[in-house]
Parts: sequence; C-alpha cells; structure tokens
Amino acid sequence: MTGNGADGNTVLSVRDLTVEFSSGGGVLRAVDGVSFDLAAGGALGVVGESGSGKSTTALALLGLHRHTDARVTGRILLGAEITDGTGGVDVNALDDEGVRRLRGRRIAMIFQDPLSALDPYYRIGDQIAEVYRTHSGAGRRAAWARAVEVLDRVGIPDAARRARARPHEFSGGMRQRALIAMALACEPEILVADEPTSALDVTVQAQILDLLDELRADTGMALLLVTHDLGVVSRSADEVLVMHRGRAVEQGPVREVLRAPARPYTRALLDAVPRLDAPRAARREPGDPLLTVTDLTREFRRPGRGLRRETTRAVDGVSLDVRRGETLGVVGESGSGKTTLVRMMVGLLAPTSGRISFEDRDVTGLPEKRLRSIRGDLQMVFQDPTSSLNPRRTVGDGIADPLRVRGVPAGEARQTARELMERVGLDPARHDRYPHEFSGGQRQRVGIARALSLRPKLLVCDEPVSALDVSTQAQILELLRDVQEDYGLTIVFVSHDLAVIRQVSDRVAVMRGGALVELADVDELYASPRHEYTRALLTAVPVLA
Amino acid sequence: MILYLVRRLGSLLVLLVVMTAVVYGIFYAIPADPAILVCGKGCDGAQLAVVHHKLGLDQPITAQYWHFLEGLVVGRDYSSGPDVTHCAAPCLGYSFQTDLPVLSLIAQRLPVSLSLTAGALVLWTVTGVSLGLVSALREKRLTDRLITVFVLGGLGTPVFVSGLLLLMVFCGWLQWLDFPVYVPLTEDPAGWARNLILPWLTLTILQSAIFTRLTRTGMLETLSEDHIRTFRAYGLPERRVIGRHALRGALTPLISINAVEFGVVLVNAMLTETLFGLPGIGQLIVQSSNNVDLPVVAGLTLTAGLAVVLANTAADLLYATVDRRVVLA
Repeated sequence: MTGNGADGNTVLSVRDLTVEFSSGGGVLRAVDGVSFDLAAGGALGVVGESGSGKSTTALALLGLHRHTDARVTGRILLGAEITDGTGGVDVNALDDEGVRRLRGRRIAMIFQDPLSALDPYYRIGDQIAEVYRTHSGAGRRAAWARAVEVLDRVGIPDAARRARARPHEFSGGMRQRALIAMALACEPEILVADEPTSALDVTVQAQILDLLDELRADTGMALLLVTHDLGVVSRSADEVLVMHRGRAVEQGPVREVLRAPARPYTRALLDAVPRLDAPRAARREPGDPLLTVTDLTREFRRPGRGLRRETTRAVDGVSLDVRRGETLGVVGESGSGKTTLVRMMVGLLAPTSGRISFEDRDVTGLPEKRLRSIRGDLQMVFQDPTSSLNPRRTVGDGIADPLRVRGVPAGEARQTARELMERVGLDPARHDRYPHEFSGGQRQRVGIARALSLRPKLLVCDEPVSALDVSTQAQILELLRDVQEDYGLTIVFVSHDLAVIRQVSDRVAVMRGGALVELADVDELYASPRHEYTRALLTAVPVLA
Repeated sequence: MILYLVRRLGSLLVLLVVMTAVVYGIFYAIPADPAILVCGKGCDGAQLAVVHHKLGLDQPITAQYWHFLEGLVVGRDYSSGPDVTHCAAPCLGYSFQTDLPVLSLIAQRLPVSLSLTAGALVLWTVTGVSLGLVSALREKRLTDRLITVFVLGGLGTPVFVSGLLLLMVFCGWLQWLDFPVYVPLTEDPAGWARNLILPWLTLTILQSAIFTRLTRTGMLETLSEDHIRTFRAYGLPERRVIGRHALRGALTPLISINAVEFGVVLVNAMLTETLFGLPGIGQLIVQSSNNVDLPVVAGLTLTAGLAVVLANTAADLLYATVDRRVVLA
C-alpha cells in the first residue's frame, strides 16, 4: 500500500527469539528461533493460525512474559541506534524497571478486543492521560490536553467532550481508535498491533487500517501487525513473516510471498482463504419456497431515562423466502439483525409482528406444543462450538439428545449418534469423550452432527466458521456442502465475511440496521451490487494482492 | 432510575405486609398466652379475662392484625378504663410486658446496634480487603496459605464461640479489658470504643473471613483481565496497576455482597449483643420473643425488613454510581 517503507533505520531487530512454557513436566516451545528486522516507518505483518506463536512473539517484544512461567531467550534490540553500530537496548536483558520505562514510551501495543482492553471504570481521557503522565511527568492539566489531542488525532469527533466518556459508551471502532490514541500519546518508535481489527466489522476495519497507514506515514512509527487475516497483511504491510508451530516458515516482501509462496505451508494457507475473485461452483437451481417470512419485525425493549423505555428494532419489516435446496447467505455487520432474523426463522425467538410460514403452513406464534412437531425440521448450528455444547455431557450424548427427547430408544439413539460422527468426519470411537477434548473444528463438527440428528429440512448456520482458522474453516465449509447434497438440505448461512458468503451461497441477502437492503443471486450481487451499502461493504474487504 | 425507585418502594410495602402477617400468623399458631406472663402467677380466670381484653387478645387475630396496620397508617386509640391514649401514626403499639411504646423502645436501642454494626463494618471491610489483597498478590505462597487458614477458621466459628473465646482471653486471662458495658458515644467516646472492641472483633472475625475470600477471588480475576495487561503494556508502575485498576474492579462487587450479607450480619449482631449483654435491638428481639410480646416482635420485624430493603437499595444506587455501565430498572 505504502510501498517499501524500509528506507529508514532499523528500529527493532529480533534475533533467535525463543519462548518456552513449562507445563506439567514437559516444555512447550511456543516460539522457536524467530529473527526479523523492522525499519522506521515500515510495517511487518506476522501471520499464522492459532497456536502458531504470533501473539507470543508480539508479547515478548514488550517483555510481557516476565513473571509468568515462560522462558524467553534471544535478543530483542530496540532503538534507532542499531544501524549506527552503537547497538540498541536489549529488551530481554533489561531489568523490570528498565522494561517498564520502555513500554508505552518507545514501544506500544494495541490489542484485539478493544472492549476489554480498556478499564471500564475510568474515563477514556483519564486512562490516556495516566499513561502519558507516567512517562512524561506532565501535570494533570497538560496530560488531559494531550489525551484530547491524540483522541482528536485518531479521528474521535468532538474529542474534548468524548474524552469524558467511559469505554462502554464508545463503539468497537471508536474503542480501538482510543487504544491507538493511548499508543500515540508518548510517540513511540514501534507500534505492535495484535489482531487489531479482528473483532471489528469490515467497514470499521478498513477505517482503522487506513488510520494505521496514515499514522505510520506521518510519524515514521514502525508497525508490527499480528493477524490471522492474509487480506489485512496484504493491504497494510510491506513485509510478511509467516509462522507455523512457533517457527518462521517464510519471510519476505508481502507481494512476493503472497503471489509466489515458496513454502508449501504458505501455499496451503493461501489456498484455504475464501476469495472474492475465486471461481466458484455452479449455482444450484432453487426449488419452491420452503420457508417464507413476511414483514417480519422484532423489537427489544430496555430501560431508558426516567420512566421511559427505549425500543430497539433489531429486525425491521424483512420479507424473503428460502427456497428448497438452496443456500441463502445472510450477510451484514454487527447489529444488522442477521442473528435475530434467523433465530426467528427457527422459532427460537418470537417475532413482534409479521408472519413466518414453513411449507405453506403459518407457524407464527404457534404454541410450543404445536411448534414441537416442526422443530426437528428446523435446526441450527451456532458460532461458538465451545459454549454451544454442554461441557458435562459426552459428545455422543450431546448428539443423541435431540433423538432421546423425541422418544427414540437410548440404544438406537447412540447408534445413530455414532453414525453421524462418522458422517461428519469424527472417529465414532470417541463418542464418550467430552467437548474439551476436541479441537475447535472438531467441536463444530459435533455441532453439525447434533443439528443433523433429527434430519432437518432447513439448517440455519449462524457464523459457523467465524471462530475457526482458515484451514479449518475450509474443511467445515466443505463438510457443510457435502451434507447438504446427502441430506437434501436447505441452508441459511449467516456470516459477516463476504468472501465466505460468496463461496457458499446461491442467493445472498444483505442486511443493515435490521432491514433487508438487497437480495440477489450471488453472481449478480458480487458482480454488480445494486445498493450503495453493498458496494461499500465489498470495497471495504481487504483483498489478497 | 425513577422507575427503579418506584418498583423498590412497591415491593417494600408488599414485603412489610407479608412479613408482619407471618409474625401474626406464628403468634396465632403457638400455644403460649402472653396474658399469663403479664398477669403473673396466681391470676384467676376473671383477672386473666381483664388482661386479655386490655391487650386486645379477646379479638380475632385478623382484627388484631388489622388494628396493627391501621395504627401504622393512621394511628390508633388505646382505652384503659376512662382514659383514652392516642398513639399517633406510625403507631407500633405498646409492649405487652412493659407497657412502653414500641417505637420508643426501638429508638432507644437502635444506637447500640448501629454502634456495633457500623464499627464492625469498617473493621471487617478494612481487614478483609487488606488480607484478601495480600493473599491474591502472594497467591499459593505461605502468606496466602496462612490467610486461608484464618479464613476457614473464621468462617467455621460461630460468633457465640469466637465471642466467648475473646472474652475469656482478654477479660479473663490477660485482664486487658473489663467486661464490656455499653457507654453511649455522646457521653464518653473513648469508653464507647473501649467497651465495643470485643463485640466488634467478634463480628469482624466472621465477616472479614468472607471479605478476604471475596477480595482474593476478585483480585485474581481482575488481574487476569485484558485491561490490566493493557496498563502493564503501557508501563504503568505495578503499584498503580494494582492500586488503581485492579482493586477497583475487585472491590466493586463487594458493595452488593455487603447488601446481600446484611441480613446475615443482623442475625450475627443479635447473637453478639446477647452474648455481651449489649442493650441493642438483638437483645430486644430475644427478650420479646421469649415473652411472646407481639407488638414488640412485629415492630422489630418491620424495622429489620425496612433496614434490609434500605441497605439493598443503597447498595444498588451506589453500585450504579461506581459502575456506570449499570442501568437500574
């Protein structure tokens, strides 16, 4: 994006960084001999899947493994003097007090979840001012002025007033801006960003990445960008370091590495990424409407000021049909009402008004007893495979439970559960294991098996792959495609990820602020989006170079 | 906020009516006759009937309860022969045993109970929070384990045991203190405090054990939160990270714990008062229950209910001030 920023001096030089955790007798090497350099004004992307050691590396740069059971070896040289031959400061060799003085002043860090990264009890301006005062020794008044100044710099509107707000009064994007402002307060040479945009919507992500680019260009601050998203790296970094199981498998200029990866792991990683421009399987010809919603609305009420109550319209007059045999993608940013909509579709949530009909039968507001007859036809797969499984029941029992509830004899239910496990690619011999013994991808397979146990007609998947690494994500998407063929399923697939939606859907519904903005065939929607919001969404997605 | 207060007030009224109704119900169900206790030995049938009439016990229990409610809202008249005494609202009636107005009986004893609980509250909060903080920062080391032993000991010892032990040690063996006698704060502040030391300690041992545990858990939880990592990553001195950011998060829940625990504290305060012979509300509860002194028991129930609800409301309001994310409704 900004070309090769490596014209400046080296501000960070890492050699042979190794981080080991001793756990129950054994030693786990989370980072294994990683070396890299970062130039002033440059941006290095560190990519890898979960457990690759990328965040562990980032934390080590600020000496944040101190006083944990991690053992850090290697050299972490910091400072503009490195190239002059005078040598920089070795973070790893400093005492605690020395490291503390570096943190925030010369090397700052921003984190993934901007909600929890700020103290909920204090005003945002105070938190930034506190950091500034710690390193500059400025007075209260000056520190507050500095806080307002940096908040203004990162694009918080009306910064002088908003500095008095507490974190919960800020949106996700604004919180991340506030955290960046905190990082800017002492004008550090290096900013370490650990998945800074992973918790944000694509349009907000684009704004934050733009801001980081701009700050880098203006201040000459170097950026170390840790992310799982190759699109983000491609957009915002000059150099990339690919990590796998603690090792640096490939390193080089972004364009070269992403266009012509030298290592098989990098190639596999790139292949697994759903792309907006990749060829996709032929569209299925949808049949007659299986489920139709008409003018569906759902309101939530919460207490407001005084005696009043505030009403939020989460879904606002949505009409659409889901056709037999198709996959309908539902895409939108957080708060767009997509989850509320699909929960109403499967009868988990009652609509405030509007109509839902399933197989030409009005099922709106049916009493639970009558609804039960169609519950089996409507099943759901949830986003978080960890919290949607009961940790105290074995996965076999979990899968068999829906059958048992319906009076299938225990032996038969168990047998079916084992068959389902096999079908979704799990070893049926592990039916008596508990969810925590499975990986994230395997747990999502369990979730799918459980949803399939009642042989539903409609399967609603709410962000089923958002918590998974790209390679696992690709496997789960393939599994869903397979079972759709086998079981003749109709799928409603909810996601915030436009590339994933494009890959799996036949038709796509775009939602915003509770309303249906656009509904079109997938090819048409991506090739020539009609609505301006759809266009904005599509341009915000970082694309692989 | 307004909605919250309206609701709280509504539920308070319902609660008080139900509580006092239960007291009257229990009174009706137990076989004891307070008139016999009042009349004394050697009372004949006729004299007993007079006492019955005077105390209103010849009326059905529902009528008695109705008069009680009436007295609360509009006041009521008591006639003993030719004189009529008016008892203005809120009228809790007169004690069967002493003929004194219940309201003044309670008002007289309230300062004693307040002295005991307020002083102990300060002590156990300070002790509990400090020990909990040390315990969390020295997690799994010797200090933490020693504190855990204290906590388990404190939790497992009822106040009538710990109070008795304190009495034996400080008044018996060591003779550092005289046996406590209540001295009003307004008369002699030093004497007030000296005499309350042992009762305070008795309550503190138990309650600070709870607080130590809660502070320790809260601290460990908060210390593992992301925003603590943020401030460490920004080079704030550890003292500040703990003192300003971690402690705030760990202590906020204690506000509501104090409110929830309030009822338990009342019971323990009652036992402590009885043990040390302090003329407080607790002692009055024990005496009036033993004497089947219905007006006093009902009045005390009302007071305790009111206190619990007020404490909880105050805690809710305080919590919403401390943690702005909380919206009361």
